[in-house]
Amino acid sequence: MNLLNVSLCGVDFKNPVITASGTYGFGKDYTDFFPLERLGGISCKGMTLLPRLGNPPPRIAETASGILNSVGLQNPGVAHFIREDLPWLLAQNTVAIANAAGSTLEDYVQNVEQLAQSGVHMIELNISCPNVREGGVAFGTSCANVEKTVMAVKKVCGAKPLIVKLSPNVTSIVEIARAAESAGADALSLINTITGMKIDVETHRPILRNNTGGLSGAAVLPVAVRMVWEVRRAVSLPIIGMGGVTKWQDAAELILAGADAIQIGTACFTNPMAPLEIIDGLEAWAERECCGNISELSGQVRAW
Amino acid sequence: MARQEMARILQNECIALDTYSLWLDCPALAREAQPGQFVHVLCGEKTLRRPISICHADALLGRITLVYAVHGEGTAWLSRCLRGQQLDVLGPLGNGFPVLEKPARLLVVGGGIGVPPLLDCSLRCGAKSVDAVLGFRTQAQCILEAEFERKCASVTICTEDGSYGVPGRVTAPMEALLQQGGYSAVYACGPVPMLNAVVQTVAKYGVPCQISLEERMGCGVGACLVCAAKIRRTGTEDYLRVCKEGPVFNAEEVVFE
Ligand SMILES: Cc1cc2nc3c(=O)[nH]c(=O)nc-3n(C[C@H](O)[C@H](O)[C@H](O)COP(=O)(O)OP(=O)(O)OC[C@H]3O[C@@H](n4cnc5c(N)ncnc54)[C@H](O)[C@@H]3O)c2cc1C
Ligand SMILES: Cc1cc2nc3c(=O)[nH]c(=O)nc-3n(C[C@H](O)[C@H](O)[C@H](O)COP(=O)(O)O)c2cc1C
Ligand code: FES
Repeated sequence: MNLLNVSLCGVDFKNPVITASGTYGFGKDYTDFFPLERLGGISCKGMTLLPRLGNPPPRIAETASGILNSVGLQNPGVAHFIREDLPWLLAQNTVAIANAAGSTLEDYVQNVEQLAQSGVHMIELNISCPNVREGGVAFGTSCANVEKTVMAVKKVCGAKPLIVKLSPNVTSIVEIARAAESAGADALSLINTITGMKIDVETHRPILRNNTGGLSGAAVLPVAVRMVWEVRRAVSLPIIGMGGVTKWQDAAELILAGADAIQIGTACFTNPMAPLEIIDGLEAWAERECCGNISELSGQVRAW
Repeated sequence: MARQEMARILQNECIALDTYSLWLDCPALAREAQPGQFVHVLCGEKTLRRPISICHADALLGRITLVYAVHGEGTAWLSRCLRGQQLDVLGPLGNGFPVLEKPARLLVVGGGIGVPPLLDCSLRCGAKSVDAVLGFRTQAQCILEAEFERKCASVTICTEDGSYGVPGRVTAPMEALLQQGGYSAVYACGPVPMLNAVVQTVAKYGVPCQISLEERMGCGVGACLVCAAKIRRTGTEDYLRVCKEGPVFNAEEVVFE
């Protein structure tokens, strides 16, 4: 058996490395660098029921070891995605994960309904986008809303595994994770970006036209590791960990904390080869650890 | 095709106030580069690469020239790099200045650090002859005059403070040239207020105009949608990607905000 094969909710991944939603498009823009089939999977840009223009620029600011973004879910709408982008992605021999967002419960349900009938392998429910005025994160920050949303969406999900993507911008991510589990989530992914702000001291203006944005990149790794560790002890669902992974050691930390797979986002901006380097690093690590499969290392942190 | 190359620095010298010329040895990239395309340069430990236009690509010698102004931490780091050091660059990226359908007269208009990407238009865009109008704030910031002289039928330098060349902005000398007629296109790059003025003036003469835009970038390859420029096509406004559909856009379609 391959050292890096993992299976999540019955879906087989050739390795536990997935590119993160919103940072990798539908994969097409990165094909110049390496064959996408090397990846465990691709989580696509967040889709809404109707097309969204997104926020005005500037949409990105650099911070210490990280970035803030305020894209605001620019996307061509789920129907366009299914028609125009998905067929190509499904031919790439990697797991295709759709990321679904919405501004009303009805939006979420109709969006997921369409995705459930498409060829995507899994659906990641984005109830944690900090960059849209209505919806997004509001669905992910109270247990009652999480339960209501996940339950409604799960009903129309059919046989597709439902990953619920959690926001770190909450008092207790454990409570939210439990709510998602009890409402029928098949897996959890965490963390989405942490709300932040950067100000130009000469002009007194925030860099982002949206004033605030979501923090990602190396700076958030310790927060992600802590949250994955806490959630691992509270729920029994598979966990996809992400936030600040730039090298294999970061991915290994998330795995030891309890992740079954990991996602890479911002790191690809710095180094498009990061996913491959991380896959190779994880393989060598698993070999050194003398395990039959990397999944044996999940949650194996020896906490004090 | 975009590629990641470790490019050896052949030269990195100060050519004007806070402005540097950087020669990189990167044969594959030099072969493919089109005028107006850019490279995404890793600057030390910075998370984000910095987009810099390709000023000149020499396919035979396998090298490219970038001309950049020291603006903040990334470009300051770049200015301290030495000959022989390796730079991690992605490129060539984006959609550059179009090749003219038939050989004709081209007018290029550049402002400040927007001047460099226009240099190769005279060589590679199929123009019969090129006139250049280049604007700078002050004489100390003037760059590439000799290089443009070698390739263009005429070069007009303007400085806002009147310290060199024609005093004032690029619009007046540009309009004087347009009045003579005969141009089949105008290509422009520079700060947004300049571009806005150029576009309005050129529109009066009915000459097609292409402009190169700047926006803050993440991936640089089209995947993250952070580099948004508002573009009006077939009546609807949409945010397109400066790194993919741009940086060069048809001026008529650009919505200035
Ligand atoms: C397509 C394109 C071509 C360019 N070509 C050139 C060129 O040939 N020569 C040149 O000197 N400059 C060019 N620029 C501008 C150059 O990218 C910025 O000056 C540079 O990124 C500033 O980085 P910094 O670290 O010095 O500044 P900082 O202000 O410290 O940068 C902080 C962040 O903001 C971004 N940023 C700041 N200003 C700009 C800007 N004007 N455009 C895009 N991102 C910005 C940086 O990339 C970085 O992510 C170009 C920009 C674009 C988009
Ligand atoms: C530019 C950008 C766009 C993003 N868009 C989405 C999105 O559409 N849906 C989503 O669930 N997460 C989105 N995210 C969050 C990432 O998927 C990921 O959760 C976060 O960036 C942390 O991982 P990283 O530090 O490896 O980037 C986006 C992040 C960035 C930087
Ligand atoms: S910088 Fe990522 S899409 Fe343009």
